[in-house]
Amino acid sequence: MNNRPLSPHLQIYRPQLTSVLSITHRATGVALSLGTMVLLYWLQAVARGPETYAAAQEVLGSWLVQLVLAGWTWAFFYHLSNGIRHLFWDAGKGFELQQVYASGYTVLAAATTLTALTWGYVLFVAGGAA
Amino acid sequence: MSLRSSLGKVKGLGSAKEGVHHWRLQRLTAMALIPLTLWFVVSLLCKVQADHATVAAWVSVPYVTVLLLALSIALFWHLMLGVQVVIEDYIHCTTKQIMAQLLLRAFAGLGALLAVVSILKISLGTH
Repeated sequence: MNNRPLSPHLQIYRPQLTSVLSITHRATGVALSLGTMVLLYWLQAVARGPETYAAAQEVLGSWLVQLVLAGWTWAFFYHLSNGIRHLFWDAGKGFELQQVYASGYTVLAAATTLTALTWGYVLFVAGGAA
Repeated sequence: MSLRSSLGKVKGLGSAKEGVHHWRLQRLTAMALIPLTLWFVVSLLCKVQADHATVAAWVSVPYVTVLLLALSIALFWHLMLGVQVVIEDYIHCTTKQIMAQLLLRAFAGLGALLAVVSILKISLGTH
């Protein structure tokens, strides 16, 4: 039972945009789920008062955490955009192969653009992180 | 006359008859999360480097409190439904499967409660 072959056979499988975006939806979903711990940490810090909040701002402002948050931002915008793509499929729309590829590239472009805009704003307009 | 074997009937194999409920709730929470998360991200961007008093005052505005509570509940619910399926797909050992599902429920339940209590504490604690 445990020795049965995997489908798709991952070593010889040629990935396509569709399958890569599909597994990325799962991966970003799991990453975002783990990321809710950052949200809980921040909410708790606000609830505990000014000192804890200031300490949390320090932690969240460090470059390593900022890097993780930037990756998390992309995961969020990806999961959001691709989630909307999924809702259109659920409504029975956009199933033609050409449409599937077009919406796929749109999702990638949207996620990347929105992430760049968000962090461009944080770093250059709002004047620093946190 | 049923075509199922006696053993099959006793083991209760077959459809759990609750797939539609799971599917529908996943979509409902997804639709709720589109405006809620976008609103939350934009709101946070307006509060980069804000001090504690500013953030606490914002959370205390009644409609903000309500939207944050709705966001927390929809978020942890959606998370639970999604990760549940990932665990079902990739963990094949029954014991590990059950353990993972229990841990997931503990995480989602406690996470949602922690978020709700934090939001209420901030909201009701400041005037």
